[in-house]
Amino acid sequence: MSDTTIIDLLCEKLPAECVLSEPEDLRPYECDGLSAYRRLPMVVVIPQTLEQVQTTLQLCARNGVAVVARGAGTGLSGGALPLSDGVLLSMARFNRILEIDTANRIARVQPGVTNLSISQAAAPRGLYYAPDPSSQIACSIGGNVAENAGGVHCLKYGLTVHNIQQLEVLTIDGEHLTIGSQALDSAGYDLLALMTGSEGLLGVITEITVKLLPLPEAAQVVLAAFASVEAAGAAVTATIANGIIPAGLELLDNPAIRAVEQFVHAGYPEDAAAILLCEVDGTDADVATQIERVSRVFRDAGATELRVSRDEAERQRFWAGRKAAFPAMGRLSPDYYCMDGTIPRQHLARVLAEIDGLSREYGLPICNVFHAGDGNLHPLILYDANQPGELERTEELGGKILELCVAVGGTITGEHGVGLEKINQMCVQFNTEELTQLHAVKHAFDPQGLLNPGKAVPTLHRCAEFGAMHVHQGQLPHPELERF
Amino acid sequence: MSLIESFQDTLRDAAATGTGLAICGGGSKSFYGRPATGTGFSVAEYSGITDYSPTELVISARAGTTLAELEAVLAKENQMLPFEPPHYGPDATLGGTIACGFSGPRRPYAGAARDFVLGITCLNGRAERLRFGGQVMKNVAGYDISRTLTGSLGTLAVLLDISLKVLPRPETELTLSREASPEQALEWLNTWAGQPLPLSAGCYTGRQLRVRLSGFEQGVQAAATQLGGDELAAADSFWEELREHRHPFFQDDRPLWRLSVPPAAAALELEADELIDWGGAQRWLKTTLPAQTLRDAAVRAGGHATCFRGGDHEDVFHPLDPALMALHQRLKASFDPAGILNPGRLYSGL
Repeated sequence: MSDTTIIDLLCEKLPAECVLSEPEDLRPYECDGLSAYRRLPMVVVIPQTLEQVQTTLQLCARNGVAVVARGAGTGLSGGALPLSDGVLLSMARFNRILEIDTANRIARVQPGVTNLSISQAAAPRGLYYAPDPSSQIACSIGGNVAENAGGVHCLKYGLTVHNIQQLEVLTIDGEHLTIGSQALDSAGYDLLALMTGSEGLLGVITEITVKLLPLPEAAQVVLAAFASVEAAGAAVTATIANGIIPAGLELLDNPAIRAVEQFVHAGYPEDAAAILLCEVDGTDADVATQIERVSRVFRDAGATELRVSRDEAERQRFWAGRKAAFPAMGRLSPDYYCMDGTIPRQHLARVLAEIDGLSREYGLPICNVFHAGDGNLHPLILYDANQPGELERTEELGGKILELCVAVGGTITGEHGVGLEKINQMCVQFNTEELTQLHAVKHAFDPQGLLNPGKAVPTLHRCAEFGAMHVHQGQLPHPELERF
Repeated sequence: MSLIESFQDTLRDAAATGTGLAICGGGSKSFYGRPATGTGFSVAEYSGITDYSPTELVISARAGTTLAELEAVLAKENQMLPFEPPHYGPDATLGGTIACGFSGPRRPYAGAARDFVLGITCLNGRAERLRFGGQVMKNVAGYDISRTLTGSLGTLAVLLDISLKVLPRPETELTLSREASPEQALEWLNTWAGQPLPLSAGCYTGRQLRVRLSGFEQGVQAAATQLGGDELAAADSFWEELREHRHPFFQDDRPLWRLSVPPAAAALELEADELIDWGGAQRWLKTTLPAQTLRDAAVRAGGHATCFRGGDHEDVFHPLDPALMALHQRLKASFDPAGILNPGRLYSGL
């Protein structure tokens, strides 16, 4: 069918304010947080009711039109990049917190609600929603589920998949499914796990029940400086070996420390090769025990400087530098590209050394700021897109870093998702039979392949061609947002 | 020929002839689910811990490894499987535990078996050896197949290798006991779970509420003072007997039903003996009431009911609504098109 027909059908069935098709109205939807990829959708639908979502999906299914669902558009892997012959389905108007059940410690929310607003709404009851991606002020919970978003506190509190209980989903045919339950488990296959992180390829999420946790009584941060990245890495290992699971454990290397200090003056020691920020939380008594122990472990591991936050203001100041790391890079370099591999922590020193070697080989500086506790690296490649060939070299270097992560037993993406960005590296991580099985799962939900086609799982044809293509870049819109 | 190659031959033959395979590890959970049909297919021989570095908090082992071996190796390093899996017999294997998705008393506070599964290699019904997930804490590449396989009762794939997140054992544990009515017990359990307390188990039976506290010495003592009650002697054996269903409550010939409900759901007023576990979220019932009565009660409470032991072995798991069942069948077909893996063990026709 022609473009006009589906737009006409949508306009006929939906209120006028729900359908956008003028080019100037489509512009805000041309990209998500990975703005190097831009494409105007054929049409944008912004439904207000469940019935309107259902109508949209049914029209698309009947007419063989593809649908890309979008939350807040802060994703970093191009997962919400529209299709020029498809519908962009914005869930932005589904922005209500429907219920907070204090006794059962759950909240029922619509997918367009921001991550942070759930915790804010739950706070008066002494509860919060644990996963905290750095963009939590803007990112939507629906997007968090689609990407299985993480954050700083994953090692102790888990990812999105560990913190949700139930999803209301519409299939591409507009059929309604309740997945999971208000209880801790449900009958049949664990479709809740399957839906989480499925990047909009299996269904459209219309409601989410999240788990709420009691707000910790106390939280404190230890800031420790080290003379080498290896020593800092060894301190991370020693912390775990001593039976401590920190709430957050972040590492910044020297280039990152200097960039941050020039930007926000968080008080980080600029001569340190690396610093660790270790947050512990729990009851007052538990925090005191852990702070004492982490301090001892860090000292034994050769910390050259050690500071413990004395109050909430100081705790925030210690974190301010970490949270400003990415905007700080933006001042240091015209462009930067953020990677998201995860590795077994035991290979940290080797991987960082090899990344350093690659950085020299390509003549492109790399800063490292990452979730050290769970081995989730975010190497940042600094480059200048205006220099001929530099973008291509950056993309090639980024690809090599991800392949290095796979080679040491890790993964190409810890928390940002595959989207369109890392689709080629999927061919490195999975073989033909595995990719075929993933496609078969998709087919069980969406036989026509209309939900977010071309993302997350590469076609075998694409993998066969992989090698000559350059698909990376990473300029971020919304520079005001904290990232990663 | 390697063991896996011989497994693959078995699967290919079964697929070619349309013969069902009844997958078995240690046989400790053969009481669970609908009856196994088809030719016996043992994976017990595929065993052994393949990788364990304690500071990575990850252990990888073959499906036939016994839970006992796994837990002994972890205990030497002062670590544990945080979901505290029940064994239900000395031969319990890791593969069987993950296939059933069983978790013990620590579950509501630490997480379920599926929460700790990081990666799996398996053979699907086409005898293809597939690897999903890995050995790292965070991994969002591809659909989360390894967690989807957890609890699927071997109906989607034969589990081969499993990597799990492990955690340090708590330094101190103590259990508090006090008398309470069921209503009062549920209220306490859910009030306390909403407070920053180091809870690690909560059970109510025989008019006694028991809660376990786990963590660092000072924190546990402070919480014990705050909550009050008597410290239970021999607490470890109480939780183990509960976990293994050796507690006197379970010594009863009537069918055992498991109702999974929201933790604050009101006490179920049914003609049954009831034991409340998981801080209220898991209700064990000994009863001869008809299945439908129990299913209705579970649904009213916001959950589902499973006939865990005994009963007619047909109407075991809570029925799925037709759209969800159809999706289960399509998913099953995507992994096992010939329908050879544990046919009918979970639902008839699956």
